[in-house]
Formats: sequence, C-alpha cells, structure tokens
Amino acid sequence: MGFPRVNDYVAGKKDWGSYGLPHEGTNVPELLAGDVAHKDVPTCALADRLADVRERVRAAGWDACIVVNQYRVVLGRLGRKALAADSGESVEEAMTAGPSTVRPSIGTDALLERIRARNLTSILVTTPDGRLVGLVLRAQLE
Amino acid sequence: MTPRSIDRDEVRGLLAEDNGQLVEVLPAEEFSEEHIIGAINIPLKEVDERAPRELDRERPVIVYCNDYQ
Repeated sequence: MGFPRVNDYVAGKKDWGSYGLPHEGTNVPELLAGDVAHKDVPTCALADRLADVRERVRAAGWDACIVVNQYRVVLGRLGRKALAADSGESVEEAMTAGPSTVRPSIGTDALLERIRARNLTSILVTTPDGRLVGLVLRAQLE
Repeated sequence: MTPRSIDRDEVRGLLAEDNGQLVEVLPAEEFSEEHIIGAINIPLKEVDERAPRELDRERPVIVYCNDYQ
C-alpha cells in the first residue's frame, strides 16, 4: 500500500457486529437484539445473599436477575421461580447456569423465531466473550 | 511494510483519537450488504491504484474484511 501507518483489523466486520458496534448495509436488519435489549435488567454476584437480591429485584419491578462476575460475564440466571422461593439457598445454588444467549447483531425477526422455537419467554444478549448486553423479552417482540 | 494486526478496541481507539481511516477491502457487493459505519470501500484488487488518491497518508489506515478466514 505504501502508507506509513497501516493496520489490519483481522477479526473484521463479523467481530465488530457481534459486539453490537454500529454497522449498516442492505443485509443488516433495521432492529437488532442489541438495540432492543433491556440494559437495565438487574444483576447480582455469586456471593450476594439471595434474600437481598430478591428484595432488590422486586423493588426494581423485575422478576429475573442475571448473575455476573466482576467483568459482567454471565454466569447464570435467577428466574421467577428461583426468586420466589423463600429458601436459604445461595445465589449460586438457586441460579440456572449457562442460560441461552444471542449476539447483539441478530435481527429482531430472527430472534423472535428463535425464542418461539425454544419456547422461551426471554433471552439474554451477550457479546461473544460472554459479557451481558441486556435481556430481550418475548412480549416486546410479539 | 507489513500491516500491524490490531483488535476491536484498537480500531475504536484509532477512530476516536487518531482520525483513522477505515477501509473495507471486500468487493463492492459485500460492502453494500454490510459494513462498519464510517468505512469506505476499496476492493483489494483496486488498492494500489485507489489508495494513493483516496486516502490521507498522514492518518492511520485500518483495513478489514469479513473475519479471520
């Protein structure tokens, strides 16, 4: 190329899109999971007390809480049932580990299809390295 | 000069702080289907001819295609 400062973004545009960074084009759906995901979904840590988490999540008007580590990497999910149970379990015992996730770059139409096929009521949006972007509710897409 | 391999965070840094020039080197059709916002398209086969005309030598250039493949 003969230019003094040439850099090669080797991971390319697929990597860029999968992290929810801005891209455009005729094949890019108008609305993406990353655009519609609720970024304010409550989170908690493995070491948090379940009773405290329950109170905080209810006060915020949610019935789900995402368990993350210090880098916001998703470890698990506390659903309605886990949060409703009045047991002495820890967050780690009560959570569902390894919940289904999608990338922010998936279009909302394709996302709804996937949610229906798996009979889910919501799905987590994460970056490829597992960091939480937000939660998409089935009801908001239907 | 061999291009320096950089990751996503470095791309963002070069764009934000160094006025980097993003260049997709895939064919025009693929560029039109999907590209990073702010990128221009110079297909690989046309780089030698077009780059000197269309790019600023004083600013960093970031080339990319689809992915590792």
